[in-house]
Amino acid sequence: MQNKIEKVILLGSGALKIGEAGEFDYSGSQALKALKEEGIYTVLINPNIATIQTSENIADKVYFLPVTPDFVEDVIKKEKPQGILLAFGGQTALNCGVQLYESGVLDKYDVKVLGTPVQAIMDTEDREKFVNKLDEINVKTIKSEAVTTVEEAKRVAKELGYPIIIRAAYTLGGLGSGFCDNEEELDTLAHKAFTYSPQILVEKSLKGWKEVEYEVVRDKYDNCITVCNMENFDPLGIHTGESIVVAPSQTLTNSEYHKLRELAIKIIRHVGIVGECNVQYALDPYSEDYRVIEVNARLSRSSALASKATGYPLAFVAAKLGLGYGLHELKNSVTKSTTACFEPALDYIVCKIPRWDLGKFKGVSRELGSSMKSVGEVMAIGRNFEEAVQKGLRMIGQGMHGFVANKEFEVNDIEDALSHPTDKRIFVIANALKNGYTVEQIHSLTKIDKWFLEKLNNIINLESELENYNDADGVPVELLREAKQKGFSDFQIARTLYNTEGAEIEDKMLEVRRIRKDKGILPVIKQIDTLAAEYPAMTNYLYVTYNGTAHDIDFENDGKSVIVLGSGAYRIGSSVEFDWCSVNASNTIRKNGLRSIMINYNPETVSTDYDECDRLYFDELTLERVLDITDLENPKGVIVSVGGQIPNNLAMRLHNQQVPILGTSAENIDRAEDRHKFSSMLDEIGVDQPRWKELTTIDDIFRFVDEVGFPVLIRPSYVLSGAAMNVVSNKDELEHFLNLATNVSKQYPVVVTEFVENAKEIEIDAVAQDGEVVAYAISEHVEFAGVHSGDATLVFPAQKMYVETMRRIKKISRQVAKGLNISGPFNMQLLAKDNDIKVIECNLRASRSFPFVSKVLKVNFIEFATRVMLGEKVDPPHKSAFELDYVGIKAPQFSFSRLQKADPVLGVEMSSTGEVGCIGDDFSEAILKSMLSVGYKIPEKNVLMSTGDARSKTEMLSAAKSLQNKGYNIFATRGTAEFLENNGVKATVLHWPDENIHPNTLDYIKERKIDLVVNIPKNLSKDELNNDYLIRRGAIDFNIPLLTNARLASAFINAFCKLDREHLKIKSWNEY
Amino acid sequence: MSKSKKARLILEDGTEFEGYNFGGSDPVSGEVVFNTAMTGYPESLTDPSYKGQILVITYPLIGNYGVPDVDKENNLLKFFESEKIHVTGLVVSYYSFKYSHWNAMKSLDEWLKENDVPGIYGVDTRQITKVIRERGVMLGKIAVEGEPIPDEFVDPNKNNLVAEVSTKEIQTYGDGDIEIVLVDCGAKYNIIRSLTKRGARVIVVPWNHDFTQMNYDGLMLSNGPGNPEMCGATVENIKKAFEVGRPIFGICMGNQLLSIAAGATTYKLKYGHRSHNQPALMVGTNKAVITSQNHGYAVDTATLDPEWEPYFINLNDGTSEGIRHKTKPFCSVQFHPEATSGPVDTEFLFDQFIENVRNAK
Repeated sequence: MQNKIEKVILLGSGALKIGEAGEFDYSGSQALKALKEEGIYTVLINPNIATIQTSENIADKVYFLPVTPDFVEDVIKKEKPQGILLAFGGQTALNCGVQLYESGVLDKYDVKVLGTPVQAIMDTEDREKFVNKLDEINVKTIKSEAVTTVEEAKRVAKELGYPIIIRAAYTLGGLGSGFCDNEEELDTLAHKAFTYSPQILVEKSLKGWKEVEYEVVRDKYDNCITVCNMENFDPLGIHTGESIVVAPSQTLTNSEYHKLRELAIKIIRHVGIVGECNVQYALDPYSEDYRVIEVNARLSRSSALASKATGYPLAFVAAKLGLGYGLHELKNSVTKSTTACFEPALDYIVCKIPRWDLGKFKGVSRELGSSMKSVGEVMAIGRNFEEAVQKGLRMIGQGMHGFVANKEFEVNDIEDALSHPTDKRIFVIANALKNGYTVEQIHSLTKIDKWFLEKLNNIINLESELENYNDADGVPVELLREAKQKGFSDFQIARTLYNTEGAEIEDKMLEVRRIRKDKGILPVIKQIDTLAAEYPAMTNYLYVTYNGTAHDIDFENDGKSVIVLGSGAYRIGSSVEFDWCSVNASNTIRKNGLRSIMINYNPETVSTDYDECDRLYFDELTLERVLDITDLENPKGVIVSVGGQIPNNLAMRLHNQQVPILGTSAENIDRAEDRHKFSSMLDEIGVDQPRWKELTTIDDIFRFVDEVGFPVLIRPSYVLSGAAMNVVSNKDELEHFLNLATNVSKQYPVVVTEFVENAKEIEIDAVAQDGEVVAYAISEHVEFAGVHSGDATLVFPAQKMYVETMRRIKKISRQVAKGLNISGPFNMQLLAKDNDIKVIECNLRASRSFPFVSKVLKVNFIEFATRVMLGEKVDPPHKSAFELDYVGIKAPQFSFSRLQKADPVLGVEMSSTGEVGCIGDDFSEAILKSMLSVGYKIPEKNVLMSTGDARSKTEMLSAAKSLQNKGYNIFATRGTAEFLENNGVKATVLHWPDENIHPNTLDYIKERKIDLVVNIPKNLSKDELNNDYLIRRGAIDFNIPLLTNARLASAFINAFCKLDREHLKIKSWNEY
Repeated sequence: MSKSKKARLILEDGTEFEGYNFGGSDPVSGEVVFNTAMTGYPESLTDPSYKGQILVITYPLIGNYGVPDVDKENNLLKFFESEKIHVTGLVVSYYSFKYSHWNAMKSLDEWLKENDVPGIYGVDTRQITKVIRERGVMLGKIAVEGEPIPDEFVDPNKNNLVAEVSTKEIQTYGDGDIEIVLVDCGAKYNIIRSLTKRGARVIVVPWNHDFTQMNYDGLMLSNGPGNPEMCGATVENIKKAFEVGRPIFGICMGNQLLSIAAGATTYKLKYGHRSHNQPALMVGTNKAVITSQNHGYAVDTATLDPEWEPYFINLNDGTSEGIRHKTKPFCSVQFHPEATSGPVDTEFLFDQFIENVRNAK
């Protein structure tokens, strides 16, 4: 132990974004726990208010501030820490740390980087340094050579050996790149590439090589271990974040496994890491040849996965090693008796599957490649690959029931689909196998190792064996058991045996369940213990399998346990905030003298940390699996209202199977979920709502629209392509939408809702007990209604609301709480316009904004709600939003830069991937801090404005005046410029992208002459690929801050015109 | 798949596990042990130290990459640790009938059949492991449907297993400039490879051969199966080797025999160490290593003669992982620096040994 380290700053990763998600909440929380255990005072900088790490009692001090060098420096100045941890907040923290090091800030304030030295980080981050560094120890890397002539390219290709890949330098989007198998192909392609760029890079192609990763740990005594290795199902070419991954590796011999392991240790020693790093390899499928792809000198998504896959807490151990411990001086946190200096032995297989939400974005390509697009992932545990992968495919929650027995899925050209992988790749394989393609053929098209394909083929074969029967009773017990052992759900078996759909399938599924239980086909509960049962485990990290005959644990059956259903895979609309809710519910259960049992399967979460509950079932959140667990645990009850929509949707089905639901009754949850029931309840209690109708013919739709007028919100129940929900402003748009995107019929009705324009949107998060509201928080959106509440900028306490409106909202909430006899959390969204208040949505569960309002108000709503659900009589908190002398603002984080070609515009479908929440003394300070936290920058000089229709132009006028007064140069497209000139604001005209006059807007964007782009779309539909799109997309691709909402743009501009960066106060959470 | 015959593992205490048969189907009996390694079944199955044992592999997916070819390199099978399978029976959870690897020539099923070694799959290997962990190693039988059930539980440790697996005649490998005598108690090929690639000429002698009559530069004591107390003849020769004074290095059984020669006693562990992840600490340092292990007996270092000292200890349970002489170049380790299968972290011990030999020459 170093003596002087008493206070340490840890940098978080900020908002969740594609490529940097909840895994860093897990790593950061673990590191903070490790520091706390050592009595070190911890200071956390992370604006992500929905995380566990920014909760009470994790760090000693929390700053909800941007993780950028300037803010971090200010915090260092104020806090005077002796140490800083950079490895636990993803690339954001690492980059920030490197900048602080390079600018001398760390030296200036005498702050020591704990763990891996910055030089080692820089050696792995810079491609050239990295290659040189590994050259020093004769470790092979992927090298590319830059050439300027075709002849040179040929020479290099010969040296490297075909196949090779060439890339044109300095181009975006892979223009001029391609594979060449021989010199002839190279000749053609190289000539083409030189038309794009004067320089091309020639690189050995490793297409089809296996991709394997190792998680390596090193202490200051040079002791090293590899905690886990993982093998990608998808061969090289698909980003590891986009791949299905298994742990441990399955197709590597001992010799290959240990060759790569030895190299990993050699690398970590040479680079000089103290803590944890990840080494990615390409491995030749026909020899032991290999290349190192990259080394991540920090905790990563893979390390979080490895921790969950093995039970080895990598981040916790890495933090301790950073403080100077040796591996052998730490204990294995599962056995509590053996040492942390060991390599976990798994006696199961885990399978990680990414979750994509590409359907939420317009214009984005679905093809998978070298950049990451997935927004979350699941981890499934089984004792064979078939079991794990089928579980995993159910877990991703996109309507699939496993590898087979899914809804008909059409593939036009199987071979093309196999060789051009998309997010549906694995289902294309199922389709191909069913259509008679052999494993050999699929292998040659996909390069996926035949071992995996054979296992998938086993599932297909088993399905066809089952198809010989038409009722579960008739299926031989051995076959039924084998189906369960290979991961078939009762639903899959039901669908395979009985040709039914709809409501009947649920009955058939329950029939399969009953029959197999009668036949004694029951799952067992196994433990993850890091040592394959060699030593007893002291923790309860569990999974469910049919490949076993005995449980690893005993069941108390004392009615003193409560099951919390977690939130599943992170996706757009459901992420870390529900993890916070789940963990807080679990904590509250334990505080009340009960045992908490968590069910969840998301490896990026804190709720799946076995320390956070008494029992963790790392398993499915399906009716079948939850029933399996309640059958064994006989809990006091199940909490379905803290994990978002997945558990909420299970409420009624669990209730129907006599599972006790804690809190609001399942019937009442259903009354809120069912549009018709909810609507008639609102009518009964006299609460207004926008007019809506569920319609089954096109004529009816037009008739209804005539009645309510445009715009309207359309929600089809069957979607062919594009977004599921849309706002249409006129007859043409409506026709276009209905013709193109949907199928309207009795079976697939369309819900049409009146859309109130320029209305204020308000949210209330509340907790009720036996129908009485006991705690509430009212927030307002900066944007007008029409922007999805998950994409909106939320202000709490509401700053610009009439007292009258506030009073009426409280009244409505009381009426709804009473009407639905709510006991537990709920959230309502309302519209307010000219004192008219309408309810647009009500969820009888915790919402996305629960952690935000809880932390701003400093009243833990989930703790309250959980106590209510446990049956405790609670008193309202002694605190009200009226007393707050500060403002909290929650702002969305978008990941458009990762999603090539997607139109970065907001609408009624959510598209943000994360959020931050910051606190300020007033609205301006709070909004500036939060906008800076999601990547906006206060512009230096030049602002481009293109402000849409007349209303938004007017809306933006005062902001434009502020800009002018502040000395900014305003550039504008013609119409906007004219409008501004007419209103006394000087603006330089830039031409539209499609006008052949230069300089136009795009030129300025590409040359980065613009510091902020304000582009307000003209209508509410996302439809046309036009000039506006080019400007927006250009801003994203060239990394220029973009605002597309007039209200938000005004708020931001007014804030930075009013306050300078220096005015933003460096105050920690507890100072408010 | 379910067309395989049923098969049972019957433990001494009456516990039975029913699964399916693969590989050979002869009725067998032996000592049931578990190994938690996740790779390396071709190496493990040919490790002579498993002689007489029914091996339960805790990693549930076995057979994935098939079995490699019988290529030879320097007169040794390139991908195996001896000429044949030594385990008595194999028990796994899930057997991969289809394998996939560039280096595979046949399936594990075919290979077991060729060697007449029965296998069971489809049993709860984790539960078997827990039973062994709780009650200690036990004898067991494998009975395949349609085949007779073995009458008795055979305790292999009552036999001199070392004598069964040791070479019958002296053999020489490599052509280096230093001569190492390797006492074959059931030596894994990789010990020979590890020595020859460092420039040694290796003379492999039977377990009870009096090598002290030979002219050698260094003495290597190999791994081997069963109870070290069966190898009195070897211990006597080792004591004589102390007089010769040439550097000595022992592995596993070799460690136990060296320890007995150094005055120590050995005892049987409750369930042994068989895995790739055993942590050992070099005594008196902060150097920790991850080791490959396969042993059921251990040395009680408290009983060592005073001129000897502990070399490595196990970080999990504190058992001895090796001894060394305080002044002379004699040492041994309980783990397997030659690895195969397992981590290669302790290969440096061969470097040290060879260096000692060269220095002493």
